[in-house]
Amino acid sequence: MITYIIRRILVSIPLLLGISILSFLIIQLAPGDPTSLFLDPNIKPEDREAFIEAYGLNDPVYIQYFHWLWQILHGNFGQSLIMHGIPVSELILGRLPNTLLLMVSSAVLAFIISIPFGVLSATKPYTLTDYTVTTASFIGVATPSFWIGLVLLMFFAVKFPIFPSGGVATLNAPFSIWDRLHHLILPAFVLAASDMAGLTRYTRSSMLDVLRQDYIRTARAKGFNSRKVVYKHGLRNALIPVVTIVGLIIPSFIGGAVVVENIFGWPGIGNLFLNAAFQRDYPVIMALTMISATLVVIGNLISDILYAIIDPRIEY
Amino acid sequence: MAGPERLTKTVPGNEGIKQKRETMFRITLRKFMRNKLAVAGAVVIFIVVLAAIFAPWLAPYDPGHQYLLDKLAKPGGKYPLGTDMLGRDTLSRLLYGARVSLLVGFVSVAGIIFIGTIIGAIAGYFGGIIDALLMRFVDVVISVPSLFLLITLVTIFQPSLTTLIIVFALFSWPGTARIIRGEFLSLRSREFVLAARTMGVRSSKIIFSHILPNVMGPIIVTATLQMGYVILAESALSYFGLGVQPPTPSWGNMLQDAQNITIMISAWWYPLFPGLMILLTVLSFNFVGDGLRDAFDPKSIE
Repeated sequence: MITYIIRRILVSIPLLLGISILSFLIIQLAPGDPTSLFLDPNIKPEDREAFIEAYGLNDPVYIQYFHWLWQILHGNFGQSLIMHGIPVSELILGRLPNTLLLMVSSAVLAFIISIPFGVLSATKPYTLTDYTVTTASFIGVATPSFWIGLVLLMFFAVKFPIFPSGGVATLNAPFSIWDRLHHLILPAFVLAASDMAGLTRYTRSSMLDVLRQDYIRTARAKGFNSRKVVYKHGLRNALIPVVTIVGLIIPSFIGGAVVVENIFGWPGIGNLFLNAAFQRDYPVIMALTMISATLVVIGNLISDILYAIIDPRIEY
Repeated sequence: MAGPERLTKTVPGNEGIKQKRETMFRITLRKFMRNKLAVAGAVVIFIVVLAAIFAPWLAPYDPGHQYLLDKLAKPGGKYPLGTDMLGRDTLSRLLYGARVSLLVGFVSVAGIIFIGTIIGAIAGYFGGIIDALLMRFVDVVISVPSLFLLITLVTIFQPSLTTLIIVFALFSWPGTARIIRGEFLSLRSREFVLAARTMGVRSSKIIFSHILPNVMGPIIVTATLQMGYVILAESALSYFGLGVQPPTPSWGNMLQDAQNITIMISAWWYPLFPGLMILLTVLSFNFVGDGLRDAFDPKSIE
């Protein structure tokens, strides 16, 4: 098991290198001279040269890449080009906890809501209940998430102001858990909504597979009541693939965070990324692309390891 | 398609082969027709495509004309679905928007399928180091959250219809390539491929005329599901003003004004209709995709 985990971690290293090359090259595609974006056009030529020299913009691309890679391995993502002088790592570290809080709460919410519906659907297949759950999850997949976000914002924050319309906490108020939760519920629900549908359908099919197994029939034949069979024998096994999927929904959560953070003014990395993209703050874009892809790789790693731990049938 | 046709010419009893091919198609069709949601989806898509094609004849007004006296008019009466904040007729814009949204969808998906199939076929058929290299590249692209990639690229190259299509096609194919690779991997060691290889058929011919026709099912299913993905992605980019640029209407950019909460409250119908069109169309493509997957699956119950 330990060797499997170590091997699995080692395999991720070339993947991360590939991701760093991709994040670096995309920015190199950008047309035009980066200095023209950030410097006063009336600047003296010597100062402009100094700027180019300071950022190493005259070096060959691969040198720039290795230089950048060397720096990020030391935790230095450079400085923001827009917010002069502020280190990128500082910008990101200030916002990452907010995004992680949002993502973790959304993941919990998504599992709490979708697993019961998936089980319900699977225990009564091809009935009205099943069709309702299935259709609802299809609709959930097909609706733009910003639209859900805006509609909920309109109803629950503006028309009936049950929840605040944005931010992580009430301004200038002392810290309180309730206040934080109050601000968290709406964005976390919107972010969860995009993945609930898929999770429900996944739980349903996993549960259907398990309920078809011989040991379930044996348990029933032995006279256990139906509930016990479904929940004790069925659900435990059906949840194996469902739990491991937690690592696989990270990419859509990160993408979704960009949308949700924008709607609810949530100061996380999604909003930071959006501002950086619009202002072409390349060091920030590269760092965030790299970090979000790393989160995805870690997510996959967790999925695989969880699978190995939970499912004793798998030997490595 | 050339393979089976030549077979019918040389092998006696070609009627049998032809008939068998037809029944395969019929079995698929019959299975598909039994799935009511999928059929409903197909009907909706058909209607939307027709509406897009005949938009100039169906639209009651010029989609770009601003009836400034009738800003944010309610649905009903003069304007069947109301007007937007510049006084443009929503119904006309929805019809023309269907053209743009479907165009982006069809062309991008064509690109995605084209690249994904070729890469997947090469990786799956040749295997070994080629496969390993291509699939590691796929792993890298898949690891970057797609919205991050799309936003970065669109802001770098300036948003436009062409940029969108190119970015979708060039960066959304890895998922498709993975699926196609899997299919090729399982087919390449089958007897008919071995037979063709023994007879000295060129690799490119084995890939495209012998194996590819057997992978049409998964390709069609993937293409259908990708349509939904692209339409949704375009609307998400439009939310940030990075989709198809106004004044050209697309369903995505018609929703852009929905960001304005006062509009959402005072003129709820205005963001409602484009949202519904996206929902309905994406839903239909997903239903059809799911229906096709079951219909192509030989293991599914007839």
